[in-house]
Amino acid sequence: MHTKTLQALASALADKSVSSVELTEHFLKRCREHNDNLNSFITLTEETALAQAKAADDARAKGNAGPLTGIPFAQKDLFCTKGIKTTCASKMLDNFIAPYDATLVTKCQDAGLVSLGKTNMDEFAMGSSNENSHYGAVKNPWDTARVPGGSSGGSAAAVAARLVPAASGTDTGGSIRQPASFSGITGIKPTYGRVSRYGMIAFASSLDQGGVFTQTAEDAALLMNVIAGFDPKDSTSADVAVPDYAATLNDSLHGLKIGLPKEYFAEGLDSSIATIIENAAKTLEQQGASVTEISLPNTPSAIPVYYVIAPAECSSNLSRFDGVRYGYRCEAPNDLEDLYKRSRGEGFGAEVKRRIMIGTYALSAGYYDAYYLKAQQVRRMISNDFQQAFNDVDVILGPTCPTTAFKLGEKTTDPVSMYLNDIYTISTNLAGLPGMSIPAGFVDGMPVGMQLIGNHFSEAKLLNIGHQFQQVTDWHQQMPEGF
Amino acid sequence: MSTIDANAVNNIAHLARLAVDNKHIPDLARDLTNILDLVEQMNQIDTQGIEPQAHPLDAKQRLRNDEVTEINQRELFMSIAPETEAGLYLVPKVIDAE
Amino acid sequence: MSTEWEVVIGLEVHVQLNTQSKIFSGAATAYGADPNTQACAIDLGMPGVLPVLNKEAVRKATLFGLSVDAEIAKHSVFARKNYFYPDLPKGYQISQYELPIVGKGHLDIVTDNGIKRIGITRAHLEEDAGKSLHEDFHGMTGIDLNRAGTPLLEIVSEPDMRSAAEAVSYLKTLHNLVTHLGICDGNMQEGSFRCDANVSIRPKGQQEFGTRTETKNVNSFRFVERAINYEIERQISVLEQGGTIDQATLLYDAAKNETRPMRSKEEANDYRYFPDPDLLPLALDDEWIESVRDTLPELPHEKRDRYQQAFGLSEYDASVLVANKALAHYFESALDNTQAPAKLVTNWVMGDLSGALNKASLDISESPVSAEQLAGLLDRIHDDTISSKIAKTVFEAMWNGEGDANAIIAAKGLQQVTDTGAIETIIDDVMAANPTQLEQYRSGKDKLFGFFVGQVMKQTQGKANPQQVNDLLKKKLSS
Repeated sequence: MHTKTLQALASALADKSVSSVELTEHFLKRCREHNDNLNSFITLTEETALAQAKAADDARAKGNAGPLTGIPFAQKDLFCTKGIKTTCASKMLDNFIAPYDATLVTKCQDAGLVSLGKTNMDEFAMGSSNENSHYGAVKNPWDTARVPGGSSGGSAAAVAARLVPAASGTDTGGSIRQPASFSGITGIKPTYGRVSRYGMIAFASSLDQGGVFTQTAEDAALLMNVIAGFDPKDSTSADVAVPDYAATLNDSLHGLKIGLPKEYFAEGLDSSIATIIENAAKTLEQQGASVTEISLPNTPSAIPVYYVIAPAECSSNLSRFDGVRYGYRCEAPNDLEDLYKRSRGEGFGAEVKRRIMIGTYALSAGYYDAYYLKAQQVRRMISNDFQQAFNDVDVILGPTCPTTAFKLGEKTTDPVSMYLNDIYTISTNLAGLPGMSIPAGFVDGMPVGMQLIGNHFSEAKLLNIGHQFQQVTDWHQQMPEGF
Repeated sequence: MSTIDANAVNNIAHLARLAVDNKHIPDLARDLTNILDLVEQMNQIDTQGIEPQAHPLDAKQRLRNDEVTEINQRELFMSIAPETEAGLYLVPKVIDAE
Repeated sequence: MSTEWEVVIGLEVHVQLNTQSKIFSGAATAYGADPNTQACAIDLGMPGVLPVLNKEAVRKATLFGLSVDAEIAKHSVFARKNYFYPDLPKGYQISQYELPIVGKGHLDIVTDNGIKRIGITRAHLEEDAGKSLHEDFHGMTGIDLNRAGTPLLEIVSEPDMRSAAEAVSYLKTLHNLVTHLGICDGNMQEGSFRCDANVSIRPKGQQEFGTRTETKNVNSFRFVERAINYEIERQISVLEQGGTIDQATLLYDAAKNETRPMRSKEEANDYRYFPDPDLLPLALDDEWIESVRDTLPELPHEKRDRYQQAFGLSEYDASVLVANKALAHYFESALDNTQAPAKLVTNWVMGDLSGALNKASLDISESPVSAEQLAGLLDRIHDDTISSKIAKTVFEAMWNGEGDANAIIAAKGLQQVTDTGAIETIIDDVMAANPTQLEQYRSGKDKLFGFFVGQVMKQTQGKANPQQVNDLLKKKLSS
């Protein structure tokens, strides 16, 4: 049952061969069994899940079911869920019961999805390994000595281990695509503004975007139909019509122009991964696409730019966590200053503090032009590279990450080496482009993802390519042993 | 190259209102310096005449109609607050009365 | 020889825009609600919430800009001003910094030396903070965030004022303008109109400015004048004793009439401004700006010119009337409802009415005599039903709620006697009753004419038309 795709489970629910309560109980049982090992959930909401499942079955009995009514799902613990602990994997929010629902959460509920719980993550989404969690690291189901990727590592591991058919994630610099790659599943980060950020606890406002993890591109399309759309509560939400993402999945790839950026195959890329991506390109060629080399010359600047903009925005976004209105407050503060400094010093973990400090420095008097303004200028050059490329090609194909999942603890002592892991994913956030990682092979038993990048609002095209690729490959059907 | 020394760490930590344990200051200074080294690679790029990009889509602000849409939820909000009294959030004494 | 000092004053005024909802949320802005009952998730800076800009706040800022002849920015940007304070829930204030919505403009004020033009540097939109309540909660401070997110327009003047009196005149003119435009309720006690004063002094003739101090949040015209004068005296005394002025942020203590430095602002603040990534640039096109311009009411200076031209009022009279929107409105309503000439209306509005209001400490909006009632009274003066003297009696009765002019005149029988026959009969009676005086008058004692007028007026209880009495008496006495 749990190996089935979301699409297959939806069919099973529709023909009543299984009920939502049965499905929910089955997946909850798997979550309980495997969470000690993987640590992919911070909170399991069994009671509300079963209540939602019951309601979904009732709705179906009355003929009120939508295509996904009754499907179990999991939310990254960065989306606010009313009445349910929402921690962002931080001690700062360990006691935070969100007083409202994020727009994405409301949309999932409206579609009848059953939320099993809140998944583990890097604290405030800052990290690429899920080791920066107040609740402990998440393990990669393919090798529990390795990281699942981050920051949405809990969601990725849960979907990879089939503890849940699909889960939400957020992606600020690769936090959906990189863990999808490391965990052997499909992950899509939509165009900036495609999915509402309301109720998504902000890391870097101009980069953050919500998305999903699934087994297949088809499943991702079904969920995009749920979560995409304009939200008047988010000023940066795009008021652009939402297509039916499932409708174009079977379009032919004939005539499709794919670009391989030479900078994504340069020094630093594991050669076995390079081979896997080249093979994937050949597969797509066989399906009718043409492949050419392109250049994104400012790629090497993406990480430097990102580590100005993201920390700058986060330093300000995280000022609200001050121990006054919610969240962690230090014991017996001497005065106001002490309240602020100790609540924040004790409530935030090391990586969050590092980024707040970098951002504070970059924005402080005398440094603004040299860091922030400069970064915004280079950001535009990076965006322009993509627009230049999209004059010639429809989509860009490359590796999602330079390596497969690394070992737990391997990079924790050197923040900079951790940052470099996001070299292929960060640019798309800077440019606001949609990106998707889908399984494309294995190196030494660990999954490898390939990344498809499209122009703004071209998610349907990415999903179409992913689905066609998955019609002729079975990487996405591989499952880690022991689950 | 910018080097963050202990003094700079203390200044930044104060601006960001972060208590930093003295014993962590050398490590922090090293980490922050390393990150700045990484960041400063962008200084090699000539950005003369390039307009800064603040938002990925270069869109314009939408305006909301002036309508009251929120109801009083004080009880709910205060149920998750560290310390309240008489409908107020409490903090250690603020020195300047305005 | 002592130095002659020149005072340089620039003002920053925070005007609360009277929108229904907050600048970035749908919470109500009404004053005086129970603490934190009008602070929604957005105002409280809950994790994950986002701001969406209120159209009406933008419209009101635009209206203000147009009223001071300023350029309206077609592209303006909201920035974050980062600092920690308990009344600032997000740890930053959303404010316009480098690119404000309103650019350079100007405002004409009335001074002792006539009309003076004060430059307006800029005006920008921002959100208000909450309030700290310092009653003792076991040694703690209470925070009320109802006010957090209320839209403010911060209006920054050029350092063009040269005395506390000019500063007050500027503030009153600005206060009148924003209430006249209907963008602010103008209630200073409730903090709807707050002023920070930048004050410096320099030796007369010196080009460069002296070091300035900023006195925060002075919330009445009287206190502004006192605070500025205190600060001027203090700076002069420091400089004349050979000291130097430190750039400082001060608080005015009205009870002690002194300024003192704010302790929390001692350390130089580094606000780390940057464009708010949760908000996009505000773009206004010509069509929008023109549609706002179409809604501009007649502006005070335009009204002043019209009063002078159309009604022949003096610049002083016209300036006084337009300096208060409600007063100007009253004046115009009275004028609309009466046949009496504008000068008579002006005299009554600025004379008897204003005097009575002052005496009773009432605002024009609280006048017991409505504009329509006053118009009714002025009609009766104008058509000679009553004399100006009797009119004062009628006004007093109206003030005391005894009805409108006609009813009072009728009830008290105050209408002038204009019937020639009736007056002649009274004159005959008076002449008959005073044969001695009649004899003396006729033998040349002209001064007695006044005596006869008095007697006639006495008989008519003051209701006879004085001119008519004069004419008839002259005729009768000489016949």
